[in-house]
Order: sequence, then structure tokens, then C-alpha cells
Amino acid sequence: MSRINDVGGMMGFPAIAEEPDEPAFHADWEAHVLALNAALIRRGVYNLDEFRDAIERMPPDAYLSSSYYEKWFTAITTLLVEKGIATPEELAGG
Amino acid sequence: MSGDHHASSAISERVRHVEALLEARGLVDEGEIDRRIDEFLAGGSPANGARITARAWVDPGFRDRLLTDANAAIREVGLSMAGGLQEQRLKVVANTSEEHNVVVCTLCSCYPIALLGPSPAWYKSEAYRSRVVRDPRGVLAEFGLDLPATTRITVWDASAESRYMVVPRRPEGTEGMPEEELAGVVTRKGLIGTAAV
Repeated sequence: MSRINDVGGMMGFPAIAEEPDEPAFHADWEAHVLALNAALIRRGVYNLDEFRDAIERMPPDAYLSSSYYEKWFTAITTLLVEKGIATPEELAGG
Repeated sequence: MSGDHHASSAISERVRHVEALLEARGLVDEGEIDRRIDEFLAGGSPANGARITARAWVDPGFRDRLLTDANAAIREVGLSMAGGLQEQRLKVVANTSEEHNVVVCTLCSCYPIALLGPSPAWYKSEAYRSRVVRDPRGVLAEFGLDLPATTRITVWDASAESRYMVVPRRPEGTEGMPEEELAGVVTRKGLIGTAAV
């Protein structure tokens, strides 16, 4: 059984786009997502394997239409709900 | 990819909100986020991979040790794969006139950040991950690296526990160049295997 992240050898993806002088992050929020994830793993809220799994079980359409750090943020919020840290409403600001 | 400005400002607000919520619940300390961003950016650079490569070019004994047990060998130059969330196994592979190596992570984005710094977006793209394992010669040509048909290409697929780095071929005309200067000719793409140096 494979999941949507398992793209090795899959047909149909376009040419590889290189960005000259690419920054480490394309927006501040990307850096904050990376740091939030590191903080939560260091604190033992979840571990690295759980984090990877949360990305890899995203629905295929959401996985393919999300940017790299959007996937990370989805995984973080998924795990915060599953671990009982916050409700989806709280995370959404409701 | 959803990278337009409106999407970016919406997610930016959502991230700020979640961060504030976690701070309020004591799961993230004040100032911790900025500190972890600085840690990440200071945690690795292609200069480290370049330094390893230059040493391997000038010191055949180091090259042998590097290709046999990279985790141990890089400690000789003051580097380590233990600085992240978990110690990662490192395998270093060397290009020759007969063989070329290239690294990918088909499942996600595994990458030796300690030795190469943050990875480029193309490395994490579905396009690179899907295609380089099926048609490495064609993908390398897209990067401007046309290899002779006789060169054997090996693609190394990184995983959660294992990372790979390529030692590119030493450019001709660099005989007698000091080690530090040699490190200056090594590029990130050379260390991934998508360019010669």
C-alpha cells in the first residue's frame, strides 16, 4: 500500500523548477512553522515519526496542492487535535 | 503550489494564532520560536560539505574512511550528524569517471542539513522526487549536466534514518590548489549530484 507522498517513479509531474538565490524561507511564517514543530517535538507533544505520518496521510488532493510548509502546518494542527492539546475550533481562532 | 500573496497572508495569521495559543498553554516558551529559527539557520551550511569534499580530494586516507564510515570520518573535521532531533546515519558516495551519484528523498525531503544547510525547494518538489528515479540521465540533463552514455548513474533514496552526500569529481587544473581554496569550488548541487563542479 502506498500513500500520496510515495511519488518515486510516478508519471506526469512537470519539469523541475530551480530558483536562483533561493532564500531558506520564502516567508516568515514558514520559519515559524519549522520552529513550532521543533519546539513541540522537543517537548514530547509528538515525535518525528508521528509528524511524518501526519503529513503522509494527508488526502492526496490536499497533499499535492499544498506547499512544503503548508503541509507541515497541516500536520502540526492535525496532531495538536489528536493529542488533545486544542480543538479544531480553537486552532482556527473560533 | 499555492504561493500567492493572499494565501500567504491568511496562513501567516493562522500560524501566528496557533503559536500564541501554544504559548498561552505553556507548550512554547517566550522567545523559543526565534531561538529555534536561529538554531536552524546556524545548524548547517554547504560550506561543511565542501570542507569534507576538499579534504577527501587531498587526503586519500580520509577519502577511504569517509566512504567506509562517514559518521566517524566527518568527526575528524569537527562535524557530526547528531545535532538534529535524532542522530542520522550518513553514507557518502564519490563520483568517478565511470560512475555518477545523485541523491533524492522520494518520500519527502530527507537531506543532510548539517552538511548542506536548508534544502532547496526543487529538492522537495514532487517533480524532482518522482522523476529522478525513473529517468536520472534526463533529469540531470535538465540541470545542465550531460553525462556520457557510458557513465553509470546511481540514485540514492534517503530515508528518515539515512542521509547521503556526494563527493563530486575534482575539477581538472586544481592540482596544487590548497585545501581551503578547493572547498571554495564545491557547490551545493555538486554535493547532491545534480551538477559537476
